[in-house]
Amino acid sequence: MSRKIAIVLTVNGEPRQLLAEPRDQLADILRGALLLTGTHVGCEHGVCGACTVEIDGAPARSCITHAGSCDGSTVRTIEGFGDDAVMAELRDAFAREHALQCGYCTPGMLIAARDIVLRLPHADEARVREELSGNLCRCTGYRGIVRAVLAVLALRRGNEPTLHIPLPR
Amino acid sequence: MKPAPFSYARPKDWPEALQLLAAGARPGAGTQSLGPLLNLRLAQPNTIADLRHLPDFAGVTSSSAHIRIAAGTTHAAIEDGAVPGRTGEIMADVARRIAYRPVRNRGTIGGSLAHADPAGDWVAVLPALGATAIAIGASGERRIPTAGFVTGIFETALAEGELLRAVEVPMLSADAKWGHWKFCRKPGEFSKATACVLVVPGRPARAVLAALDAPPLVIEDAAALVADSDGEAPRLADLVPGLADWRRALAETALRRAVAMAAGS
Repeated sequence: MSRKIAIVLTVNGEPRQLLAEPRDQLADILRGALLLTGTHVGCEHGVCGACTVEIDGAPARSCITHAGSCDGSTVRTIEGFGDDAVMAELRDAFAREHALQCGYCTPGMLIAARDIVLRLPHADEARVREELSGNLCRCTGYRGIVRAVLAVLALRRGNEPTLHIPLPR
Repeated sequence: MKPAPFSYARPKDWPEALQLLAAGARPGAGTQSLGPLLNLRLAQPNTIADLRHLPDFAGVTSSSAHIRIAAGTTHAAIEDGAVPGRTGEIMADVARRIAYRPVRNRGTIGGSLAHADPAGDWVAVLPALGATAIAIGASGERRIPTAGFVTGIFETALAEGELLRAVEVPMLSADAKWGHWKFCRKPGEFSKATACVLVVPGRPARAVLAALDAPPLVIEDAAALVADSDGEAPRLADLVPGLADWRRALAETALRRAVAMAAGS
């Protein structure tokens, strides 16, 4: 067995010192060592998006990112957004629009959705759908999810118009 | 599935990284391609050398003629405008359609090129732009045209003991015309056929046909293709061995559409 490595992370605002196997993915540490089981593990090869967390402020796949490579990083999981205004709006909109059924995709979906709202404040429906293509939902058919994200975008824009951002070809 | 056990090393400088490589370590950067291969146990290295902490691992520097993009620069940084000028516009448009944003936040241009997946994006786009790969080995840096960089499926012109350190891309003029078409049934999935066309006034047009389970086909003088894509696309697709009919049809159509896009850009 390979030697364990010492890593330091800030997870949801708290400093954590951990021992990880080199082969441990960040998701394994979050779920297994820190019991933050809101981070879900689906495909384990970066396609389904269920494991999406924020690393140093940017969403990333915790199933294909080794814990060792995150040493010194700040990580935020779905449990760490309790005080976040955008996430509160998204949670409300997801509930209102029936944007989840089984809930397996929801933590990753919310973290991806928050990134869309903050990074692309003028996104239209086509762009929202494109940006959500890295998060698979097998229950809802996406209609409620897209409506929820668009509702939060509209809320935050106030009266500013939706800009048409062309789809990639 | 979980990866087979391996050891982890974190080189502090490039000489140490090269020593680890010589001792058999596999380099790792964003691990957005290597991670899945490890999880599926298709790759079982003894040691991974994590290059993320090397000095000058990421970043962009430019002169009037060239832009040097450090190998660890992420697709997301390029999407967000890290590369200046017309070259940067083209590269941002390409980067935006690589996989998904959370993958682009970790995945790197150098990792993508060195991984040499035939369906990858930069293996097609960089030769079309006329980019040069900059390798680092025990005897220093070596320049390799990206047109010959990918030599096979997951195989490159990097010599044993060399790492990819940067790519150097020409600073294109504002009137450079660009067409890029890739066939993906779903946004972010691997392309089934990719074509790129670059037309710079006063220079031969360049084209690349890629993502066909073979190294990219680089057409250094694509004047005939640009002049008559209906006639030339089938001839070029014929140069890729072993294509099924449907794949050949995609390849020809990708070329025609890339030419049309370049004409309209």
